[in-house]
Amino acid sequence: MATVTFDHVWKRYSGDVVAVQDLNLDIRDEEFLVLVGPSGCGKTTSLRMIAGLEEVTDGTLKIGERVVNDLAPKDRDVAMVFQSYALYPHMSVRDNLSFGLKLRKVPKPEIERRVQEAAKILDLGALLDRKPKQLSGGQRQRVALGRAIVREPAVFLMDEPLSNLDAKLRAQTRAQILRLHQRLATTFVYVTHDQIEAMTMGSRIAVMSAGLLQQVGPPQELYDHPINKFVAGFIGSPAMNFIEMTASRSDGKVQLTSQDFTFPVPDRLRESVAALSGNTVTVGIRPEHLELGEAKPGDATLRATTDVVEYLGDEEQIHLRAGETEIIALVNSSARVRPGDVLELRVPIDRVHMFDDQSGLSLTSRELAAA
Amino acid sequence: MTSVAAARPAARSYAGAFRRRLGTLPKHVVVIGLMVLWLVPTIGLFVNSFRPAAAVQSSGWWTFLIHPSQLTLSNYRYVLAQGGLLPAFVNSLFITIPATIIPLFVAAFAAYAFAWMKFPAKNVLFVAVVGLLVVPLQTTFIPILQLYGTFGLNGQFLALWLAHTGYGLPFAVYLLRNFMGSLPSEVFESAEIDGASPVTAFFRLALPMSVPAIAALAIFQFLFVWNDLLVALIYVGATNPDNAPLTVILANLVSSLGSGWWYLAAAAFIAMSVPLAVFFALQRYFVRGIVSGSVKG
Repeated sequence: MATVTFDHVWKRYSGDVVAVQDLNLDIRDEEFLVLVGPSGCGKTTSLRMIAGLEEVTDGTLKIGERVVNDLAPKDRDVAMVFQSYALYPHMSVRDNLSFGLKLRKVPKPEIERRVQEAAKILDLGALLDRKPKQLSGGQRQRVALGRAIVREPAVFLMDEPLSNLDAKLRAQTRAQILRLHQRLATTFVYVTHDQIEAMTMGSRIAVMSAGLLQQVGPPQELYDHPINKFVAGFIGSPAMNFIEMTASRSDGKVQLTSQDFTFPVPDRLRESVAALSGNTVTVGIRPEHLELGEAKPGDATLRATTDVVEYLGDEEQIHLRAGETEIIALVNSSARVRPGDVLELRVPIDRVHMFDDQSGLSLTSRELAAA
Repeated sequence: MTSVAAARPAARSYAGAFRRRLGTLPKHVVVIGLMVLWLVPTIGLFVNSFRPAAAVQSSGWWTFLIHPSQLTLSNYRYVLAQGGLLPAFVNSLFITIPATIIPLFVAAFAAYAFAWMKFPAKNVLFVAVVGLLVVPLQTTFIPILQLYGTFGLNGQFLALWLAHTGYGLPFAVYLLRNFMGSLPSEVFESAEIDGASPVTAFFRLALPMSVPAIAALAIFQFLFVWNDLLVALIYVGATNPDNAPLTVILANLVSSLGSGWWYLAAAAFIAMSVPLAVFFALQRYFVRGIVSGSVKG
């Protein structure tokens, strides 16, 4: 069991390509940390640096108390599950599982015990003598997990292990990995580009973009208090609506206006919005926070025309248009909205996020940090 | 009603299939015709190798259909006993097997290093090795003969093993590197984390996973060495006829028995038997091997 610490870690490739910039991240012991971000954000590179498959250009990387910058992958006490499974195609499942242990000269009875145990946990007992090509995608994925389990490493590294599976199998394997984490009580570092995977699996999530760590925190914190526009747009599905508005102050009243809407500014944000008077502020509203129904005095409302309705069972995802602005709302399907309907949507002003358009930083979180 | 309705499409599909067959018929006739045309000389030679000298000189090979009792093994008996073919056959095996295994083994090591290991000037070295493909082997004879003379290797089997290793390596390294390079990198990374050294990764992973490419190369190299006359003649044939392979003996048969070519026919078929056996044993790798490494995935 171990912590993983990135201390001002940089990764530069030849030329001036910077994959990871000044990464500072403390991964706690027994934590399930998810590294999430769009392709090319540096999440896989960070994971591969922990594994020792990429060299650290600058900074210090520690596993436990040990600096591992120059340590060979095999000496780091980590195991990795790859997106493509990376099974040894000419070996049986049993040999795939025991390969790493044999190389480490683990005694035979101990190898057998660990293989049997992993096979039991992952339900691979009947497949031990098969070759990888005789297995389905889900079974191969379980063998890849098993190969990591038998090693009993201090840190499990997983690089998008579910992205080659179909939706149903993905949900099953997700639960299986979580159970595995509880059972093994070991540090897991999990890379994905899928924010739903990140939200459902991570005890903490680290969001990366363009080589920079944006925010680290428990899923709920990222959802409720995204630190900037990127995190706000990345976490949550469907993605947050962004409306660009101009801040103005007249007669002591602070307001946000755009061509199509006018919003009052809640008291807690008065000061910060007033400071941006004359500038653009991006307002962020989560689709699930928009409500159908009568507006009460003082509420902000959006008036928009329904474009497309996606029926999801108990909810409907409504695509609306108001002038140039496109908005998505998630409402109870009993409302039975039809394309062409003009809707009045109530905006719960307390749950609205506001971002400085220049820096992308959240005004809401800034207030929170100050408080 | 229903049966009629069901029968109609069936009848139509039979007619359709027949028409399709008819459409491909000319193509098949042409292909089969070409194949027969191509094979006739070989078949003629094969039949003649079983006919006595008198019959070969007086009538065409196809007359064996009328007089099948003519067929005899005497030509084979002659070349094996008096022609010196049997020791040459053994020599050929003794030359070809090591001259196939050594370059393949060396090339596999080099290919793995070029594909997966990091070292300075890797690409320059690889280009240099592959660049050797364009050097005609004839230009190497004099310097190598001088070198062999210095070390007393002329006429030895070792001379041929080394020469064929050198001549075979550039292509073998090129093909195997491309094949090994297309193996998934995650497998080697996974092995590295599992604790495998480069040597372990080579023997336990790269080599077994490259079997199709290695088998294809083995065929190429085996056929090249087995059928080689020039290299054998230069390094062995002239100085030590006792170590000469089949091809050298065959060439001598032509000159000394220029008129007795029925013996040559028998000898040629003895020489062909081994490459044919190798080809048929490994042919499923052969087709796969030609494309191997050229297309990723």
